[in-house]
Amino acid sequence: MTEITMVEAIRQAMDEELARDDRVFIIGEDVGVRGGVFRATQGLFEKYGEERVMDSPLAELTIVGVGVGAALYGKRPICEIQFADFIYPAFNQIVSEASKMYYRSNGQWTVPMVIRAPYGGGIGGGLYHSQSVEAFFTHVPGLKVVIPSNPYDAKGLLKSAVRDPNPVMFFEPKKGYRLIKGEVPEDQEYTVPIGPAKVTREGQDLTVFAYGMMHHYALQAAEKAAEEGIDVEVVDLRTLYPIDQETILKSVRKTSKALIVHEDNLTGGYGAEVAATIAEWGFKDLDAPVRRLAGPDVPAVPFSHPMQEWFMVNTEKIANAIRDLAAF
Amino acid sequence: MEKNEYLDLYQEMVIIRRVEERSAELYQQGKIGGFLHLYIGQEAVCAGIASVRTPEDRIITAYRDHGWAISSGIDPKIVMAELLGKVDGCSKGKGGSMHMADTEKNFWGGHAIVGAHIPIAAGLALGDVYQGYEDAITICMFGDGATNIGFFHEGLNLSKVWNLPVLWVCENNQYGMGTSVERASAVSEIRQKAEGYGMRNERIDGMDIMQVREDVSRVMETMRKEGGPYLLEIMTYRYRGHSMGDPERYREKEEVKKWQDEDPIGIFRKYLLKEEIATEAELDNQDDEAEKIVEEAVAFAEASPDPEDEALFEHIYTEPRPIEYRGYELAHESEGE
Repeated sequence: MTEITMVEAIRQAMDEELARDDRVFIIGEDVGVRGGVFRATQGLFEKYGEERVMDSPLAELTIVGVGVGAALYGKRPICEIQFADFIYPAFNQIVSEASKMYYRSNGQWTVPMVIRAPYGGGIGGGLYHSQSVEAFFTHVPGLKVVIPSNPYDAKGLLKSAVRDPNPVMFFEPKKGYRLIKGEVPEDQEYTVPIGPAKVTREGQDLTVFAYGMMHHYALQAAEKAAEEGIDVEVVDLRTLYPIDQETILKSVRKTSKALIVHEDNLTGGYGAEVAATIAEWGFKDLDAPVRRLAGPDVPAVPFSHPMQEWFMVNTEKIANAIRDLAAF
Repeated sequence: MEKNEYLDLYQEMVIIRRVEERSAELYQQGKIGGFLHLYIGQEAVCAGIASVRTPEDRIITAYRDHGWAISSGIDPKIVMAELLGKVDGCSKGKGGSMHMADTEKNFWGGHAIVGAHIPIAAGLALGDVYQGYEDAITICMFGDGATNIGFFHEGLNLSKVWNLPVLWVCENNQYGMGTSVERASAVSEIRQKAEGYGMRNERIDGMDIMQVREDVSRVMETMRKEGGPYLLEIMTYRYRGHSMGDPERYREKEEVKKWQDEDPIGIFRKYLLKEEIATEAELDNQDDEAEKIVEEAVAFAEASPDPEDEALFEHIYTEPRPIEYRGYELAHESEGE
């Protein structure tokens, strides 16, 4: 196994899927000649040609709309939205078209497509290049919502997403693109299933539930807490929708305390769904109130560096929340 | 124009150029974070258009907005402070490079989402019509890339149907990020898109500021006389990449060189000398002045403090307040909670 970055894992997944299935193609802004703004599609245009790695106009609703049409036809489009912040023009195509096709046609039409988008802040991107948008889509039955936290999962989950017969929203933590490295098997057939969350660190005292960049920080915070004698279990949620209730409840049964961490702002965020799940089905297992640590309820991640840092959840903030909950 | 106005206009273009060059350096030093889109090569467009608008004519543009902010009258110091995310910036550091704004100067931003400000511009113009304020023109800039997005077509259509006084200005710098117009747009002349909406349109040169001034003045005069929207496609070129992280693999060095030979500042300088409006020494003096102003702006911005912690929670919801509109105070108050 070799150690690679998140973005390289994502590139490899697309490369292998393009090679495996000629129905697969990529469409997006500057994904071709330029190789993507984050280089996620670098080299694929040269390897597979402009018929399979297509530079689109700057037009997100069209990128997704055309993807939906091609998927209905039986192709396997991978639509890249350059930044998750740019996804809103395509909202109708995703929420009203892609997610409902199978349902409204009584099972006649399927939309096997992937919509990839880098999300999240901490890179100085300011208000319109830092957003976390997952909560908008975890409310939509018919979609699957996936957020990997490491190269192994990124590659394995993206391959599964391409092979999935349903529309899959695949959000990539852009701060982790080059920051997070990890080992990835060279076996072209390995995949990671969409659905199950994963216990990434065993512990007894409390559970931290996180995903994406925050999972990376949660593991670091758990190490810090361990030095202080707090034994933290960490669960990487990975697939946000459909939610893996079983893994969540099993961990709460074991540790009796739950802290949910996400970068997206608090109110109506994904953490609310996890908290509700625990409250509804794990109430008798709890020794403390369910806690959420999330971005503040402000409209966006500000540009100014100190304000961005105040917005962002980080290892230190998670460690503090762990200490608080452990002491309850 | 008086001689000093020519000199000021020349100096403004040089200031914009220097601000961009210094921004690039500050970006490389890590003092400006995030994304930075430079306007170098397009100065004749913003300086030309802003110099022929009246204070009632509002300006709204996309994310390549530093030049527009300066031409709209925002002090380079304030622009630089915003670029550095400092408290003295025009958005107190919340906005940064792509989100400059100052309503006092009738400059309605800096917008980062491609094309998203186009319907907003139509709405601003609708405000004028609704108010019975017929003389103001909303000047809305966007790139060639934005003309392929739905916002553009919906905005153009509505402006024509409702006869809104919007001057739609496509700054055609020939690349939407790294994709050339030919590879992204069904028609290579953007102005043709206005035809589909029965809208008056024209393609003009954007490298010669005197030409820009002449053409835009004429068009705005027509608009004030006849009402309704108009689309101008202004041919220009950005010398730098789309943003600082652009390796520019999509174009040849010779192409960039060709356009650099038609540098808008160089063209204006030659014009001023040829028409004997200014001497070499006077223009050199303007260059030095511009240099000084920009250095002062950088020093000001670097010395400006970071915003306070509390700023994070400021400006989320507003209280009811009287509507102030370019100095006109309307009789009623907004309906707030």
